[in-house]
Amino acid sequence: MTLAAALPRDPRYLQIAFLSSFLVAGVGWLGFDVPVWQPPLIILTACVTQWAMTRLFRAPPVGYLSPLITSLGLSLLLRTDAFWVGPFAAAVAISSKFVLRVRGKHLFNPTNLGLVVAMLLTAHAWCSPSQWGHGGALLGWFAAFGLAVAHRSFRSDVSLAFLGAWVLLKAARIFYLGAPWASLQHQLSAGGLILFTFFMISDPKTTPDHRVGRVLYAVSVAGLAFFMLHGLWWQNALLWALCLVSPLTPLIDRVLPSGRFQWPGGGAPERNDACVSVSSQPA
Amino acid sequence: MRFRVLAAGLTAGFLTLAAPAAEAFCGFYVGKADTSLFNEASQVVLVRDGERTVITMSNDYKGELTDFALVVPVPVVLQREQIHVGERKYVERLDAYSAPRLVEYFDEDPCAPPVARLEGAMPMASAPAGAPRDAVRRKSLGVTVEAEYTIGEYDIVLLSAKESSGLETWLRESGYKIPPRAAKALEPYIKQDMKFFVAKVNLKEHESQGFNYLRPLQMAYESKKFMLPIRLGMANAKGPQDLVIYAMTRQGRVESSNYRTVKIPSDMDIPVFVKNEFKQFYPALFEKAHVREEKRALFTEYVWDMGWCDPCAADPLSPQELRALGVFWLDEGNPTMGGGSQVVLTRLHARYDGEHFPEDLVFQVTSDRRNFQARYVLRHAFKGELSCEAGKQYLKALDKRHQQEAETLEKLTGWELGTITKKMGDDAPGKKAAGGKSPEPWYRRLWR
Repeated sequence: MTLAAALPRDPRYLQIAFLSSFLVAGVGWLGFDVPVWQPPLIILTACVTQWAMTRLFRAPPVGYLSPLITSLGLSLLLRTDAFWVGPFAAAVAISSKFVLRVRGKHLFNPTNLGLVVAMLLTAHAWCSPSQWGHGGALLGWFAAFGLAVAHRSFRSDVSLAFLGAWVLLKAARIFYLGAPWASLQHQLSAGGLILFTFFMISDPKTTPDHRVGRVLYAVSVAGLAFFMLHGLWWQNALLWALCLVSPLTPLIDRVLPSGRFQWPGGGAPERNDACVSVSSQPA
Repeated sequence: MRFRVLAAGLTAGFLTLAAPAAEAFCGFYVGKADTSLFNEASQVVLVRDGERTVITMSNDYKGELTDFALVVPVPVVLQREQIHVGERKYVERLDAYSAPRLVEYFDEDPCAPPVARLEGAMPMASAPAGAPRDAVRRKSLGVTVEAEYTIGEYDIVLLSAKESSGLETWLRESGYKIPPRAAKALEPYIKQDMKFFVAKVNLKEHESQGFNYLRPLQMAYESKKFMLPIRLGMANAKGPQDLVIYAMTRQGRVESSNYRTVKIPSDMDIPVFVKNEFKQFYPALFEKAHVREEKRALFTEYVWDMGWCDPCAADPLSPQELRALGVFWLDEGNPTMGGGSQVVLTRLHARYDGEHFPEDLVFQVTSDRRNFQARYVLRHAFKGELSCEAGKQYLKALDKRHQQEAETLEKLTGWELGTITKKMGDDAPGKKAAGGKSPEPWYRRLWR
């Protein structure tokens, strides 16, 4: 029996294991500025919102794995000095899956939208992208790639396309500026980048259906974020860029149609013709 | 006419300036080889609201004034009105206000009815933290003198350059003996279209001012870039350098967006002998924390919403003091109200070197307005007669407390536990018994 066969079929279990380990490490050892009660509060709000929205919209129940992933992502990335901001972001994130839909697909990655809305609408939210430390980030990349290799369906062409474009752009900038190469390694040690690459932009429910579309999408996010960060000096550029590029997904889907993604064992299908598996997308 | 006088003065200055560079801040200090320059800690005050930025650079340059020169990359060409020579006392005031501190408490007599507690907060001084010669030649090197000013005791030149090697040559030919790796360090700033602020001391002006030290240079400008160019100063640094940043914003705490920013360990009970060794204690604690964070982090030492004063660690700065440090928005609302509530101060402490800080510090303003201070608590034991039952209980608890304090101190500083307990004297764990006498040996009761 191979390692891949021993792993759960649904990659979301692995994602949850990864995210919760890093949350525990972050709160316990890495000094994340997150009070211990905040993640449970976010999880609770996300699950309640999922339940309420499922009933309200008479949607087929799809379980609580996705809200849990959204909650863990929010807990890892969102920083606030007010207790209600975490639950607010979680409620916005989950509701958006039911409210902001085009052709049976939700528009925004819930974690991304939760963060962006919390930062835009409240005066109490921010993100601290560089809080993992070198060691923590190294472990993070190692674990994320390890999971990707071990679990075929964990791998995502979106992650790889984005990461490739991002590293290329960063390397080109360093080459142009004549800055030390150590700064590339330093820039890759931001924990936020790992989460973004493997758990946010790769979200199969909000990325284009066609592989070419997905690569195009990933490269656009990288390009826009690079311009925002180094041209406009916006912090959290990755989050803003993803949020701005996301509404283009329906357009890309129209130009490059393909089969719709479905989580394995993740509840009732949303479209009858939706079968899985465009190549390396989680299947 | 003025230019010629200035140019003559500068040329004379450059002759003496032809000397190797020494330790640096955000830029280089340029000085003589035999001058012992010691730049333990640079202090920078960053005031930021939107894109408006006021930066105050205070240095503790101790060498010959003729040898002083400073090169700092700036995002825009500064007009004369945008540069100011400030007062050192305001930076010192900010330092004292936000410095890590010791707090003392005195235990009550456990045998007496409760009485009012005496408390004293003792702020401690901060730990050692931390003209072109020829226009044609200049053109061929791609160096443009954008502006020249004499402000206070400083002669200031603002340069822009097309190529780092040209700038290096220009600086060298102009008498600045800049470090060998300078061109490499200058290049990224030129590529980012940054200008160079070059300052040196105008001795005549300095004498007429009557100061025996250099006053801080201040600049006010608008830029999207909220950063500090620390890389340039590394070109000639011999070891790690300390930098204390006082960031003041309207919105909230400031943190680095490209380096880990962590709070320094705080609010811990430590043995009372540290009162006399605070100058050793805090640097040891800082070094330990620095190593634990892989030498790659910035430490938050203080965050305070200056409008709140309940409690206040020290008297907050007056509106005049804040204004002198560059807080420009105070009079926008109500000029009579100081507007302290509109300022959040963050004190960040970095110890950086080329290996662990491969890029400049970039900052972001967060919405965080929660207060934080680096404080360490000294609890003085009650020294009187303790004959009652409560007194015995107190001594038992006290012993445990002292043990914990010693262990905390060991953990914080890396000092040997043995040395700590020795220094604790009578407070050392295991030394306490009723009435303060030494405890009865365990064997005495055995054959009684």
